[in-house]
Amino acid sequence: MSIEVKFQLKQRNFSLIVEIVFQEKGITALFGPSGGGKTTLLRCIAGLEPSAQGYLRVGETIWQDDSKHIFVPPHKRSIGYIFQGAVLFPHLSVCGNLEFALKRANEQRISFDEAVEFTGISHLLERRTNKLSGGERQRVALARALLTSPEFLLMDEPLAALDRESKAQLMPYIEQLHETLSIAILYVTHSIEEVAHLAEYMVLLNNGRVQGNGKISEMLTSLELPLARSDNAVSIIKAMVVKHDKIYNLTCLRFDGGEILLPQEKCNIGKIVRVAVHARDVSLVWEPPKQSSILNVIPVVIKEVSVLNSAQVLVRLMAVNTFLLARITKKSAAVLDVVPGRQMYAQVKSVSLID
Amino acid sequence: MLHEDDLSALWITFQLASITTIILLLVGTPLAWWLARTHWRGKPIVEAVVALPLVLPPTVLGFYLLVALGPYGPVGALSIALGGKPLAFTFTGLVIGSVLYSLPFVVQPLQDAFTAIETHFLEAAATLRASPVDIFFSIIIPLARPGFLTATVLGFAHTVGEFGVVLMIGGNIPGRTQVLSIAIYDHVENLEYVQAHWLAGGLLILSFVMLVTGYTINKRFRVLNS
Repeated sequence: MSIEVKFQLKQRNFSLIVEIVFQEKGITALFGPSGGGKTTLLRCIAGLEPSAQGYLRVGETIWQDDSKHIFVPPHKRSIGYIFQGAVLFPHLSVCGNLEFALKRANEQRISFDEAVEFTGISHLLERRTNKLSGGERQRVALARALLTSPEFLLMDEPLAALDRESKAQLMPYIEQLHETLSIAILYVTHSIEEVAHLAEYMVLLNNGRVQGNGKISEMLTSLELPLARSDNAVSIIKAMVVKHDKIYNLTCLRFDGGEILLPQEKCNIGKIVRVAVHARDVSLVWEPPKQSSILNVIPVVIKEVSVLNSAQVLVRLMAVNTFLLARITKKSAAVLDVVPGRQMYAQVKSVSLID
Repeated sequence: MLHEDDLSALWITFQLASITTIILLLVGTPLAWWLARTHWRGKPIVEAVVALPLVLPPTVLGFYLLVALGPYGPVGALSIALGGKPLAFTFTGLVIGSVLYSLPFVVQPLQDAFTAIETHFLEAAATLRASPVDIFFSIIIPLARPGFLTATVLGFAHTVGEFGVVLMIGGNIPGRTQVLSIAIYDHVENLEYVQAHWLAGGLLILSFVMLVTGYTINKRFRVLNS
């Protein structure tokens, strides 16, 4: 299913001009600094910004086309919207909030019991909404949105207001959402950790304009975008857990580009995990070193080199089909003749599992 | 104890207050909603018109109504053209006068209650497939319940308590347009203090009980919702 979004909106000190087509497989993160227009774009998609002009197609259905005077009102769009503050109705109990959605759903792709079980809120049903913690509120809001059986789920920083513990609690539910219910998800966040954890695709929004959009691994390592140029620039490797080394307490992961060892993690063999590799932890060598303390050495092809500052360059690497970033000095780049197309080895000083 | 005319004044008062309150809730709700949500520049003018009965002497309102409802006034003439009678000195005339006179007592609590409802509840309801009409009944009315209760109590009690307007346009016809407050006035004029005491005391207690009940229910509702 593809989603086509074109919007123009002028407000007092802000204008939004957006044109994106994205293939909806997995979670798409709408990422960018605060005030960049992320929430506004989400509201346009939901039909909550009546002054927004544009075009919106979700799959086969056109929800808005101002050139043809088509505007499907919010309540007729097959969306689920998770607001930042959950926005539960105060005059209804938790159960009443869920029934509100269930009664009005046009189709039922998920049953009441399934939604309650999936979000783990069965013990909260009789509670009043003001007696819930922040994490509980968001889980109820999620269950409520799911009960309308939406085609397209819009989540506006669902984790932003939560403490670390509640975040860790809610993250797995969101992760599973796409896999279990095959709903398209657009997820607004300004946290790169959440993006690295959850997203398959990413739309980068700044100042009301799309700076780029594409697969998460490409976006994080694109040398034109600010993400790769930040101090915490990171690339992501998706790999499978293949074995645990009991003698040295290491976990071995495998991906198309090779193997990665990291200090032992508690995860089952066969599980697909995401690993973060910081650009500052990657160095380049001509030959794999024979005597080195660094365990992870991955064969790569240099794809692109870009000057970062007066002393450093940023190098985009490709390990079969995974992009990596390396931040090295200009001097090293000159001495080692780091140019696009050259085959080298990336030494990775440290890797960490994202969870 | 109570004279026959007093009983009919009581019954007329009750009918007048009930009908007036129902009309005011029907008319006042959309008006208050519009006032609570509009960004139209002329809004203060409408608000001032609604609030006028709060500050005008009732005789001023009563005088203009008498002129308008009488056989040569626009409303009275319309009534005659439609095959009716002039509306001055009739029960219908009383209802029209009471509706205008008590309008701010219903519109203002409702407007305050509607203003206090945060837009994101309405938006959340819309994203949960609720149509605008559905949202009105399933979200707005329950959330504005204290406002509706206050509006009902104040609208009713204030209509029971009006004097000047009904005296001007009702004409004090026993059994037809004589309401309690005017009956009390008549008794005092005729030095019938016992009967005046019965009616005045009854009205005092009734009004007090209505207000206490209204505030108690509202307080319980607020505690539940907080």
